[in-house]
Amino acid sequence: MQPRNARIGIVMFVIYTAFFAGFVFLNAFYPKLMEITPLGGINLAILYGMALILAAFVMALVYGYLCRTDETQSSRETHS
Amino acid sequence: MNYQPSMVAVGTFIVFVMVTMGLSFYLGRTTKSSQGYFAAHGQIPWFINGIAFAGDYLSAASFLGICGMIAFYGYDGFLYSIGYLAGWIVALFVVAEPLKRLGKFTFADALDARFQSRGIKLAVGISTLAVSLFYLIPQMVGAGVLIQPLLGFPHWVGVVLVGTTVIYIVVSAGMVSTTYVQFLKGSLLVFFSAILTVMILIRGFSTEESAAHVFQRIGPFPQENLQTALAEHEAFRASEILPPPAGWGDAPYIRSRDPSTGEVTTWKIMPAGGEADGQVELYEAQTKTKTPDGKTLVNGLVQGTNEGEADLYPVGHLKSLPSGVEPGDPVGPISFFSTLQESEIVLWGKESLKDEQEGEATVFFQKITQGKDVLRPGTHPAFAGIHSDNFIDKLNFLSLMLALFCGTASLPHILIRYYTVKDEASARKSTIVGIGAIGFFYILTLYMGLGAMTSGALDVTNENMSAPLLAQSINEWLFAIISAIAFTTVLGTVSGLILASAGAVTHDLVTHVMRIELTDHEKVRLAKFASVVVGAIAIALGILFEKMNVSYLVGWAFSVAASANLPSLVMLLFWKGVTRQGVITAVVVGMTSSLGWILLSADTFKNVYGLPAEKALTPFSQPGIVTIPLGFLTLIVVSLLTQPRGQE
Repeated sequence: MQPRNARIGIVMFVIYTAFFAGFVFLNAFYPKLMEITPLGGINLAILYGMALILAAFVMALVYGYLCRTDETQSSRETHS
Repeated sequence: MNYQPSMVAVGTFIVFVMVTMGLSFYLGRTTKSSQGYFAAHGQIPWFINGIAFAGDYLSAASFLGICGMIAFYGYDGFLYSIGYLAGWIVALFVVAEPLKRLGKFTFADALDARFQSRGIKLAVGISTLAVSLFYLIPQMVGAGVLIQPLLGFPHWVGVVLVGTTVIYIVVSAGMVSTTYVQFLKGSLLVFFSAILTVMILIRGFSTEESAAHVFQRIGPFPQENLQTALAEHEAFRASEILPPPAGWGDAPYIRSRDPSTGEVTTWKIMPAGGEADGQVELYEAQTKTKTPDGKTLVNGLVQGTNEGEADLYPVGHLKSLPSGVEPGDPVGPISFFSTLQESEIVLWGKESLKDEQEGEATVFFQKITQGKDVLRPGTHPAFAGIHSDNFIDKLNFLSLMLALFCGTASLPHILIRYYTVKDEASARKSTIVGIGAIGFFYILTLYMGLGAMTSGALDVTNENMSAPLLAQSINEWLFAIISAIAFTTVLGTVSGLILASAGAVTHDLVTHVMRIELTDHEKVRLAKFASVVVGAIAIALGILFEKMNVSYLVGWAFSVAASANLPSLVMLLFWKGVTRQGVITAVVVGMTSSLGWILLSADTFKNVYGLPAEKALTPFSQPGIVTIPLGFLTLIVVSLLTQPRGQE
């Protein structure tokens, strides 16, 4: 694993973990808060849960893109 | 419930199984070397491997267990979907690329890459076997659950059938065929789940009960002199009110018997709300009783579908819709939730009651529940603690979520899939594809589960059957296809798990620990023999654990995997001070502590040993929050104590 990929991976891991931990913390200690309906008549529990699933996919794509850029650059440096 | 086998379903099922087995046999013909058998020569394209990840991961637990839990308890099942998917972030950002670089066949290869230690191979080999067996249990339970309505066989026959079929697949083939079977299964599962979801949205909501039976709700009655008031009510004029069985104590039920049919109706006494405050209403319930002489009675009659027999009715409907929404109107993906939020839903609870003369009865009763309460966390007994003021009660939930988050990247059958692609970039790309497919499916689980909850097709005795029965309520063909896919889901996941176990036995235990020299051909033969043994054990455990929710069981497998494997894997990547002794001790301590915790937990006491939950020796059932940090701590302390001289 290239060091740059590892660094990107760790940063994104920490961001997502914080997002996930927030969800778990709210559910465990403020379950009533998950019942509010801030958007479209849908409660926070569903909105936050769906956001966690979508965020995982979006961050995975961003990670893939950043690592691909890195590989392309490395490959160019090797050839030059 | 007794199920009538459907010819369409049986035909589709046979076609799916034949295609799966044919494909396995065809692709397995050329697999003679151990490199091909265990790692498909590292030549699987990343996209195929990514969907195969989904095939491996979206097991019976994901499909049957989560949908079933949502159908009976609402939002809580979706917590599993969220936790299962979040775990892939650990796999992608932390584990995928290094694991591909370090390993060759098994998870132990990667952990042992720096040390070349027999001790590590032994500890990790055993933990792989333990996790795989734990994960196999819910898959086998799910298989039995599916076979019952499809072919009309008892649960144990289903488990034996699946076990035998999978053993054949694994023995006749290897990783190449397993991967392509997983790819097909993963694609079909996601595609047909999407179709099912679209059909749920088009069908909209209905307030009508199942065509089979309309459950009555009568009253209000004054609480005092209830018996007298009932005797005068028209619903009881033609029937006799039975005295409550002695063993039922003060349980809030009244029973009446129709003299012409012998059918006994059980009514749950509930407080009447609104203007009738202080009075009670009676809600019609259903009972299933195991009599002391071994008979099974439903509502007082022998269970069956012939004349003079009775069977449990399918359930699940809305009591009322919000104003402005008409029954049967199509709903959109957002208004699906906002409509349910404002509706009233009839959920079903159950209570077990014992009486020496009548036997053990399970009463299934209606619970009128506000939609907003169904769509919030904490309805399932396992999660009810989050609404408690007691901190210990919340720990079970925190512990489960931690195990799900950490468990994915520690599951042996998922990790070995990183060896089937050619390089680290392919490992990364296939994980991204896997996250896309798995995430999409998990979003669908909420629609399918809630759709099943209101489908009028639920079996009160079997929450794991909710998704197939939902499909049946829409279309017989859809039921046939969904059931067959769910069945191949089980086949695929079980074959992956058995392969991981066989790899651990052959490479880690026999070749490296026992140092027995084997030719390539002998390794493949030994792996096939190990597959048969592991398959046989899985069959036995699948029969033993029949009644447990498959998703809950998977939660345990995740806890054991995360406690035993993750600390060593992560610390090896980020700390140069890890020692061989540290890895061995962390794996052993993580595995034994999590297994021990589970065996002493309230859930195991109640559901496996049949003992009172209060006698359990652990304060909550899910071990992860204690045993995962314990694994990390053990590794750090032992590594610090065993640093090579000269580096201190």
